[in-house]
Amino acid sequence: MSSSLSPLHLAVALDGAGWHPAAWREPIARPGELFTARYWADLVAEAERGLLDFVTIEDGLGLQSSSLTEPDGRADQVRGRLDAVLIAARVAPLTRHIGIVPTAVTTHTEPFHLSKAIATLDYVSSGRAGLRVQISARQNEAAHFGRRTFPPFRLEDYGTPAVQEVVGDLFDEAADYVEVVRRLWDSWEDDAEIRDAATGRFIDREKLHYIDFEGPHFRVKGPSITPRPPQGQPVVTALAHETIPYRLVGRAADVGYVTPFDAGQARAIVAEVRGEQVSAGRGDELVHVFGDLVVFLDDDPAEAVARRERLDGLAGYEYKSDALIFAGTAAQLADLLEELASAGLSGFRLRPAVAGHDLPAITQKLVPELQRRGVFRQSYEADTLRGLLGLSRPANRYAAV
Amino acid sequence: MSKPLKQVHLAAHFPGVNNTTVWSDPKAGSHIEFSSFVHFAQTAERAKFDFLFLAEGLRLREQGGKIYDLDVVGRPDTFTILTALAAVTEHLGLTGTINSTFNEPYEVARQFASLDHLSDGRAAWNVVTSWDAFTGENFRRGGFLPQDERYSRAKEFLQTTSELFDSWRGDEILADRQTGTFLRDAKAGAFVHSGQHFDIEGQFNVPRSPQGRPVIFQAGDSDEGREFAASTADAIFSRYATLKEGQEFYTDVKGRLAKYGREPQELLILPAATFVLGETDAEAEELAREVRRQQVSGATAIKHLEFVWNRDLSGYDPDGPLPDIDPDLGEHTVSRGRAQVRMYRDPLATAREWRERAEANNWSIRDLVIETGNRQNFVGTPATVAATINDYVQADASDGFILAPHITPGGLDTFADTVVPLLQERGVYRTEYEGTTLRDRLGLAHPDTVKAGERAAS
Repeated sequence: MSSSLSPLHLAVALDGAGWHPAAWREPIARPGELFTARYWADLVAEAERGLLDFVTIEDGLGLQSSSLTEPDGRADQVRGRLDAVLIAARVAPLTRHIGIVPTAVTTHTEPFHLSKAIATLDYVSSGRAGLRVQISARQNEAAHFGRRTFPPFRLEDYGTPAVQEVVGDLFDEAADYVEVVRRLWDSWEDDAEIRDAATGRFIDREKLHYIDFEGPHFRVKGPSITPRPPQGQPVVTALAHETIPYRLVGRAADVGYVTPFDAGQARAIVAEVRGEQVSAGRGDELVHVFGDLVVFLDDDPAEAVARRERLDGLAGYEYKSDALIFAGTAAQLADLLEELASAGLSGFRLRPAVAGHDLPAITQKLVPELQRRGVFRQSYEADTLRGLLGLSRPANRYAAV
Repeated sequence: MSKPLKQVHLAAHFPGVNNTTVWSDPKAGSHIEFSSFVHFAQTAERAKFDFLFLAEGLRLREQGGKIYDLDVVGRPDTFTILTALAAVTEHLGLTGTINSTFNEPYEVARQFASLDHLSDGRAAWNVVTSWDAFTGENFRRGGFLPQDERYSRAKEFLQTTSELFDSWRGDEILADRQTGTFLRDAKAGAFVHSGQHFDIEGQFNVPRSPQGRPVIFQAGDSDEGREFAASTADAIFSRYATLKEGQEFYTDVKGRLAKYGREPQELLILPAATFVLGETDAEAEELAREVRRQQVSGATAIKHLEFVWNRDLSGYDPDGPLPDIDPDLGEHTVSRGRAQVRMYRDPLATAREWRERAEANNWSIRDLVIETGNRQNFVGTPATVAATINDYVQADASDGFILAPHITPGGLDTFADTVVPLLQERGVYRTEYEGTTLRDRLGLAHPDTVKAGERAAS
């Protein structure tokens, strides 16, 4: 099984018209269709044609902002988005192989609702569901719910003890949240539905389990109202930039997205994530560490750079990112990915700068290049997302051995 | 009758987690696999139904302190399954039951607006409330509400989501590449709501959806529930599917509309209804009897008796006589997570009446539960059923019915093939879908065309 796995894994991160703030102004963009099913179905179909492992879908509980901490009041960039879990549900029946990984904010939502939503996504996709968890410390998003408040914080204060405490607490809550979501997925054993006409019992209730989770932020009784999903445990992922979120990846995730700018940084980050994994008692589990990159892909390297500059000009400022921004050819990108992979990354989540341009460039230029080099799959080798990632279907934590 | 014929509205209730649904039949399929939902939804769409309806329960039912295992158990997440069904249907409305107690307005508004976008205007919301700590144990907000606050929370929840839906007018997205103007108005989605239950402000992040807001269903039956429906709902999912009860309910609720400045056609009355079809009326009656026996096994009969007795009756023989002991009148502890137990307001009187009827008819416990349980609403040949449904609608017992088949997923197939064409022949049922949104199909105006001030606020 593992011998036939793709040496490298590739995902794309879908967000509006693309990751560059002026992406929507490109002639190939479809800014008037961002709120239609067809737009998202087309993007995911293109990703599937490229044999990608999965797509992620960004989300948030407030309008997008160029500021990490507050609304920016801008009207010249894409604002507004649909619920990512529901976009995922809408495209799942239209695809057959690709994994679908929507983003969900743990800070303001209910783990019980999200657990059954992702379980249901796993049913409607026949085992291709994942989840990307994200926290929110934004005051304006907290005000949309009115149930908790956060102190104001500026990015430059991130390292201060006060902010670290708030952020640390939100990530601890996220880890608890994932624990609840996962326990709920296991709260039905696979063979709980018995339909025993002789005794009139539809289920064997001994195979349903209360999860009885109690933590500082919430308690959840269980069991889920939704039976165990096809994959048993859909794939949990998280983006991480420093120690606190690396700990979340180590404790709770199957895939962590990280943002090294070179192979040295990649090596150090992977080592830190592995350390957190061991500390969490998961040293023997397969946890993927994927590199995140923003990509401008063209046949001519100068063209890619010129396109980036042109878009920066339209945006009115130089677009910067938490991730490395690559502008060049498919061969150059393949070189970079191989180099980063040699530092311990098992895959990449590429953020197309312009969805309409860079996604097809990934599927039609980069993927064939990687295939020629023998480091990417020639066809889908599994029916489930866990299968594509080399993750076995886990035993149920509640099942009697 | 000079009155023009009313058009019949039909909808399909995905078989639920109570004993109406017969899982023991060899024809019964999965209640959770997506293929069952696809079959059911596509059959409803083939039959030109208005919408598919999904119920919801957020805690598995328990009886005697244990998870209730005799009925279907397990269901999908409402929003996720409805949105997935939007991918395999084109016209069918998608109605989801969503609780206003264990959710927050901002999130629910995002989900319904997203469903409405992703289905091109087919979203509907059956707003329900609960107050039980039992269900609350699954939620971080935990808790529950005093029973008398559940409608005030539901009303404010609905009002708040309306404000969120209306925070985008619909013309904000300019997406002008030349000038670089994406939003005409950077303040799009701005809202402030300050009330007893919700105190929130900011910007809603889903642009206005095709229907403006989802079609609103309401299911409550109390006086307060009826007022709530009359003031704010577009449709009622009612329990009165018989002619006389239906007419009383219809008259009562439609009569409440005027004080809110609303016309009778602005609120549809759609009772849940069951049916059994046969080659002859006699065959259908026989089949209906068999289905009722399938629905009430011996074990199920004992459990249903416990709803009234509020005691463990597992020692009784379902084929034997009713218990001599009286119901326990203390707080109801036997059954949890089930609305049904609240129907028996005077358990002593119910027990006395049941014993008398059982003795008079020589009924066992199981016979009694079958005989006192719900009979199917429409039983007969397709011609009989089509005629009865039409008669009921023309006689103002309802505006149509939400049909709950007892078999998943094929329980609608025969109805679609045999009854629907007869209703079409009578000219009381659509042959093609009209308009583009669920509102169009229900004959409801888009909220933007409803005159300001016409609806009373809460």
